[in-house]
Amino acid sequence: MAEAKAIDGRSMVRRRAGLRLWLSAGWLGLLCIAALLAPWIAPKDPLAQDLFLGRMPPVWVMGAEPGYWLGTDSLGRDVLSRIIHGARIALMVALIAGTITCVIGATLGLLAGFLRGWVDLVISRLIDIWMAFPPVLFSILLIAVLGPGLWSIIIAIVVIDWTRFARVVRAEAMAQGAMDYVASARVAGRGRLGTMLREILPNVLPTIVVLLTLEMGIAVIVEAILSFVNLSISTDQPTWGGMISEGRASVHQAWWVLVFPLITLFLTVLSFSQLGEGLKDRFDPVLR
Amino acid sequence: MADLYQIEDLRLSLADMTAKPLFGAAPRLEILKGLSFTIPKGAVVGIVGGSGSGKSTLGRALVRLLEPSGGAIRFDGTDITHLPEPALRPLRRRMQMIFQDPMSSLNPRHRVGTIIAEPLRLHGFDAIPDRVARALDHVGLPQSFAARYPHELSGGQRQRVGIARAIALEPDFILADEIVSGLDVSSQAQVLNLLERLVAELGLTLAFISHDLSVIRRLCQRTIVLYRGEIVEDRPTADLFADPQAAYTRELLDAIPLPDPAQAWA
Amino acid sequence: MSFLRVNNLSVRLKKGPPLLRRVSLQVAAGDVHGLVGESGAGKSMIGKAVLGILPPSVEVTGGEIWLDGVDLLSLPLAERRRRIGATAALIPQDPLTALNPSHRIGPQITDRLVDILGWSRADANRRALELLAEVQIPDPDRVMRSYPHELSGGMRQRILIASAFAAEPKLIVADEPTTALDVTVQKQILKLIAGMQARHGTALLFVTHDLGVVSKVCQRLSVLYAGMVVEDTSVADFFAAPRHAYSAALLAATPKYTDPAAGLQPVPDAVIAQVRAEVVAFDRGAAHG
Repeated sequence: MAEAKAIDGRSMVRRRAGLRLWLSAGWLGLLCIAALLAPWIAPKDPLAQDLFLGRMPPVWVMGAEPGYWLGTDSLGRDVLSRIIHGARIALMVALIAGTITCVIGATLGLLAGFLRGWVDLVISRLIDIWMAFPPVLFSILLIAVLGPGLWSIIIAIVVIDWTRFARVVRAEAMAQGAMDYVASARVAGRGRLGTMLREILPNVLPTIVVLLTLEMGIAVIVEAILSFVNLSISTDQPTWGGMISEGRASVHQAWWVLVFPLITLFLTVLSFSQLGEGLKDRFDPVLR
Repeated sequence: MADLYQIEDLRLSLADMTAKPLFGAAPRLEILKGLSFTIPKGAVVGIVGGSGSGKSTLGRALVRLLEPSGGAIRFDGTDITHLPEPALRPLRRRMQMIFQDPMSSLNPRHRVGTIIAEPLRLHGFDAIPDRVARALDHVGLPQSFAARYPHELSGGQRQRVGIARAIALEPDFILADEIVSGLDVSSQAQVLNLLERLVAELGLTLAFISHDLSVIRRLCQRTIVLYRGEIVEDRPTADLFADPQAAYTRELLDAIPLPDPAQAWA
Repeated sequence: MSFLRVNNLSVRLKKGPPLLRRVSLQVAAGDVHGLVGESGAGKSMIGKAVLGILPPSVEVTGGEIWLDGVDLLSLPLAERRRRIGATAALIPQDPLTALNPSHRIGPQITDRLVDILGWSRADANRRALELLAEVQIPDPDRVMRSYPHELSGGMRQRILIASAFAAEPKLIVADEPTTALDVTVQKQILKLIAGMQARHGTALLFVTHDLGVVSKVCQRLSVLYAGMVVEDTSVADFFAAPRHAYSAALLAATPKYTDPAAGLQPVPDAVIAQVRAEVVAFDRGAAHG
């Protein structure tokens, strides 16, 4: 067989070992460790104010205060420590909201796409109606009702974004359902539920993984946006969005207060989407 | 000889969604317009026709992937025309199907071993690894193929896996739907030889759907010619080739390009 | 004189194994040359190389493609495109995907004439109607205004044929033009292509896996295995007595309904081993010399 491959080269489709998978997983891993160990590794107390040390630049800039690696904000709080603590909220929202959204949306999508008929009719109409709500207003309204807090944000994300999963997974399940291997599972005597879980789900899984990681990125952004408009967690919890919001006010005097949380946010969201693409290739036996 | 299949006035229509009015039901499109024939036990019957003849629909109705809208299908004495899925399931082991496109009929995420073993497990067979090994043996694939994924195989090898999956269940009947039309001529010949041998060795009843009369001639004792959902000819294959009765059969035969520059093509 | 002359053309997957191994062939003006082989043998690749539509994952590593007296591969890209566009055309395999579903038939035939060859709209329309009549499409006026989905597969293939002949190309590459069609339709389409080709004096490179089809439309053929030409001969000689063991085996594998004892013979393993050994020997020779 080795010789056969060398001669006609049809099976030469091989992917690079996935540098982006490792880079993105590396960054997210680092962030997870930082979040878990925040109280021990953060150099300062993220809430400790020291008005004498307000707006200190990062250490490599003239006039920096030793020990405050990324500088301080206008209240003299350590930017690095606040970013590390902020990772806790960001990752919690990403993981919990992403997973719940994924489970609800993908399940509904799978059922609608595979079972078709009235199940599809009901779920599809629900999706259509749901998507007619303007999402930003919807989420602000929701949090206004639920009151700010971690769980309010998570619920808002789930309630708004499950349709994203449901629509894509439904279409994918429909396409897979038309394949002959599904017919052959029926010929073999497999029931509907079994076919859905054994035959369809593994083939829809890569799509779900990509959506899930994208959703985690989106969740981080949504949390930041809500913090930015002061609708998120209480102010004594450092969040990236809150930091960006505060940094905006003093960007001309202390750019670092705005820029470092922004970079962190950017890298995190990018890593989530790249992780998904990388994992999809890993999952695919044809490309592996 | 007893009949394995008795088909009486089989009708099947599907909703024509392309002609559906904005309100109200879509019109029905008649695919099969009252077919009657029998398949005796141990027979190898060819079903031939062009696209739109309804041959694949007929095949899928025989193994009850589709439910007929009229008439009757009796399988070994049992009326399966409208049998619901749970009641059908024990019968499914006995009627197997090999599909046209072996790439799409093998789940790309399962290994060959799993693909063959899975139906056995569903029907409560014992000694499954032995049966998988024997099935691979029967179709002439090395045991190591059990660990491979479908995309790692050539077209002909994939089709062998499809055959192995079907015969592993020790069925009475196999429906082969255009199983060589996507293959190169060399694999075509191998797969046909294999099927011919297995039918003889295992005493299978086979319905072989094809658009290609030359392939049918090689394998089938009897041939049913379908044209637009109706049977236009149903005779022993040798007679049909010697003296085609229906105009459509003659047209089909005339259209086959023989590998022979001397054949005049009127 | 040969209208198309391919000399020692080598193509490979970028940083991968070869797909065409020093392929040479000649097609005289007005001739039909068949390219035969099993899937992956590289027969379509030759047609694509001639038309300059190789996929981006593939590169030409050597050889010449002389079209109408010019070596295409020595020309700059834009000039090569222009020359190919003016002298060659393609009849594609799948009539279902080869026409754009969101445009009417008329513009799909005439746009190339107007936009690339600078015809006037009126001339192009007249020409299209003429050709639709020539490919025996009833009511060409109406068909010009139809969308592809309103037409059958056979009709669409006729339109693609008309479209290929529109600019009077001197070479047409037909890539498995009847594989997706019923045998009865295939017969009509093959006769149509052969008739058009003879009337217009076009050179035709006919890619197919079906030796039956070759025997009906071609004068010469090249048999390919793993991107290597194993035999290049006239159709009459080939079907009388193929010279290479692999071509003979291919012929024996081709079904022949008139004689149930003949045809559908598997290609013997020994023949595969022989032709593989030739390919390996060829590669070794290429590496050393």
